[in-house]
Amino acid sequence: MIRAATAALLACVFTLPAAAETVAITGGRVVTMGQSGEIERGTVVVRDGRIVAVGAHVAVPPDAKIIDATGKTVTPGLVASGTALGLIEVRTVETTDDRGTSARDLSAAFDAGYGLNPDSLLIPVARLGGITRAIATPAYDDKAGRELLFAGQAAAIALDGAPMLMRRGVAMVLEMGDAGAERAGGARAAELVALRAIFAEVRDFKARRAAYDRGETRTYTLSRADLEALVPVVEGRMPLLVSVNRASDIRDVLALARSERLKLILEGASEGWRVASDIAAAGVPVLVTPVENTPASFEALGATLSNARRLGEAGVTVAIQGNGNHREREMRYNAGNAVANGLDWQAGLAAITINPARIFGLSDRIGSLDPGKDGDVVVWDGDPLDTLARPVAVLIRGAEQPMHSRATELRDRYLPTVLSPANGEKP
Amino acid sequence: MRMRAITVIAAIALAGCAAGERPQPSVAPTAEASAPPIDRDPYPSTYRAPAAGQVALVGATVLTATGDEIANGTVLMDGGKIVAVGAGLTVPDGYARIDARGKWVTPGVIDAHSHLGVWSQPDSVEANNDVNEMTDPNTAQVWAEHSIWPQDPGFDTAREGGVTTMMVLPGSGNLFGGRTVTLKNVPSVTMQGMKFPGAPYGLKIACGENPKRVYGGRGRSPATRMGNVAGYRKAWIDAQDYARRWDKWEKGGRVGDAPKRDLQLETLAGVLKGEILVQNHCYRADEMANMIDIAHEFGFRIRTFHHANEAYKIAPLLVKEDICVATWTNWWGYKMEVFDALEENAALVDAAGGCAIIHSDDPVLIQHLNQEAAAALSSAWRAGIRITKADAIRWFTANPAKALGIADKVGTLEAGKNADVVLWSADPFSIYARAEKVWIDGGIVFDRGDPAYRRHSDFLLGQPGETR
Repeated sequence: MIRAATAALLACVFTLPAAAETVAITGGRVVTMGQSGEIERGTVVVRDGRIVAVGAHVAVPPDAKIIDATGKTVTPGLVASGTALGLIEVRTVETTDDRGTSARDLSAAFDAGYGLNPDSLLIPVARLGGITRAIATPAYDDKAGRELLFAGQAAAIALDGAPMLMRRGVAMVLEMGDAGAERAGGARAAELVALRAIFAEVRDFKARRAAYDRGETRTYTLSRADLEALVPVVEGRMPLLVSVNRASDIRDVLALARSERLKLILEGASEGWRVASDIAAAGVPVLVTPVENTPASFEALGATLSNARRLGEAGVTVAIQGNGNHREREMRYNAGNAVANGLDWQAGLAAITINPARIFGLSDRIGSLDPGKDGDVVVWDGDPLDTLARPVAVLIRGAEQPMHSRATELRDRYLPTVLSPANGEKP
Repeated sequence: MRMRAITVIAAIALAGCAAGERPQPSVAPTAEASAPPIDRDPYPSTYRAPAAGQVALVGATVLTATGDEIANGTVLMDGGKIVAVGAGLTVPDGYARIDARGKWVTPGVIDAHSHLGVWSQPDSVEANNDVNEMTDPNTAQVWAEHSIWPQDPGFDTAREGGVTTMMVLPGSGNLFGGRTVTLKNVPSVTMQGMKFPGAPYGLKIACGENPKRVYGGRGRSPATRMGNVAGYRKAWIDAQDYARRWDKWEKGGRVGDAPKRDLQLETLAGVLKGEILVQNHCYRADEMANMIDIAHEFGFRIRTFHHANEAYKIAPLLVKEDICVATWTNWWGYKMEVFDALEENAALVDAAGGCAIIHSDDPVLIQHLNQEAAAALSSAWRAGIRITKADAIRWFTANPAKALGIADKVGTLEAGKNADVVLWSADPFSIYARAEKVWIDGGIVFDRGDPAYRRHSDFLLGQPGETR
């Protein structure tokens, strides 16, 4: 009885993230995605939330908790972009969906870094897919007569159940192409003209804030909060994350960014492979979902499984996305599919680790196993891009994460009713 | 005129062939009877198998979907049929020999739940959405085959994923969505050219949130789950009455006017007679249990629960009732009734001794059913459930064949079965495996090494994609 209680207590203790401790992950094949490259049998030491040593001949500190990774693969924690993790629970339950707003005067100023829910049940599910960080990305909440040009600002978050905001305002989110044209009044040209006008307003506002507050400027179409939010965008400090697919739309966005001197990230880019050299020449990174190869709209007729490979070959920095929110854990399978269709394996892993970290300005903290970075480490029982492999340990900010979710608890509740001893012994 | 009459007779004879399992009516108008004959197969299959030779796949790892994994296996196909499967078989003279060493061979992939052709690409275009006749909670009278657009580019990409057969269903907005159709995944200008000869029809029934949301939102029934059940029961009572009136007329020597045909009730009566298989969209365990009781109340069987994300909660009941479960691995949480979905659902049904199926319901996922099954398999291993690849291959081959009522023809690699075969570049449970060659009835329909087999759809011709 006492033993059972002690065991339960211990189990409880072990499932709680413990921040300030030293952990050594030993003997694994370490794919650092950083300065140490790939180490056949290496050790990663994490102390007080940070990586302190990575290498083949690293001494294990005597006080370290050891995770034996012999025969396993060790990678940086995966970084999911384009998610609503922390912002959504059940799509059809409106009160649990905080991805977007139709509030007047709140478009560019909408900030996904507020209102995040670290207790969301989606978080452990994503984590069991090896995801340790995410870009919480606003979505449009279109209402008739309230079609907003900008969805708002994305935020970088950590998935360790603690207060999750890592960095606010990592990108300004905008849809162009079919959806953007619809919001701007039904034509692509309308959106392009409206955007140029808005950027001019923002520059005017930036130069004349005091006059604006005295009511001495002309009337702007955007609210003060929206104008203020767009200042870092026109200054080229905050990237404009543009969802766009058609080759001609991509060219238009590149031209817009060039003339307005914007920092750009492309998302979707179904036909990116057709203008890959233009994208590469502009130094613009692309977020793709490699399995999205159906011609789902007239702007994606050229969608193909080879998109990620061709963009990569052209020299474009590619990050690979998951299949959205509840299905974010499929991100690594998407990378695997890109590799199956010709992308180099290292590039496939980079596309879900260091590349998204770089694209969103987070590579000082995450994305690779380099000393000084946050202790986000995943130990896999196989190839991290393969469906047959699973994480066996996940560390975020140096703390071991629980390896269960509500779904695994449900599984364990019903397993005995299904699994007779005979079934357990199936050949 | 005479020639034309002969042609018509020939067509009817062919239709009879194609109908296969379904009984043809022997109703002939007599002096007393005034009923026109009922054609039970009015839109007959015109499918013709692609040219099939003698092919030997040699040296592969073969997953037969009968429970075997054969190393260094050989699969022999002749005249559209599998003639032999085994380790180290001698290849008879005349066979085209394909070196499959290092590769894997499985039966053709079968998707038990697709909307290809009825909700075609580009699927954002409203004109391409013919999936849900949401004008009444009971539209058992509509047939999915009459919505099929064979030029949906999704058929081609699915074929590149190894899919040789699929069941296309109407949507889930109604209690009774209409008849399903089973298709062979061959390029065709007509639906009839894809229609699987001899495959029984299914009836799509939907539980739960969708019907009550659609009709409740319009201020009419069903607005609740109890309204859903009342709707099913009323329909089955009407169907029993309809079947009784026809039986009475038949047994009474067909004297007097026959009852008037009613397309809706005819389909429901077909279920009561066991000729049409119930394909039931139903997520929650409690609702599946209710549907099973309704089936008992009215004396029909449910062949498959689709989506069925809570099947694991009632797996022994589903085994006892011999109902298949077609589900996903990774989909969950997009509405309340899928809140309790597990990656392990299919594996738990399998472990209980049931018929587990991984389905797609999606034009992207249909291309990756092997990967979705692989994720289910690894989730099972993580939970300590011992299932082999030789077992799990059934989830997208033999078990959907059973659910669709075509297990006597396809779904396994056994002598005598139709030669629907996929040659994979690697273990199909690996993320890196791609279908290299695909055969339907012994004829090759996809070859990754030959551009002639890519992108047949007229729609993409001349468009700015890879076809240019």
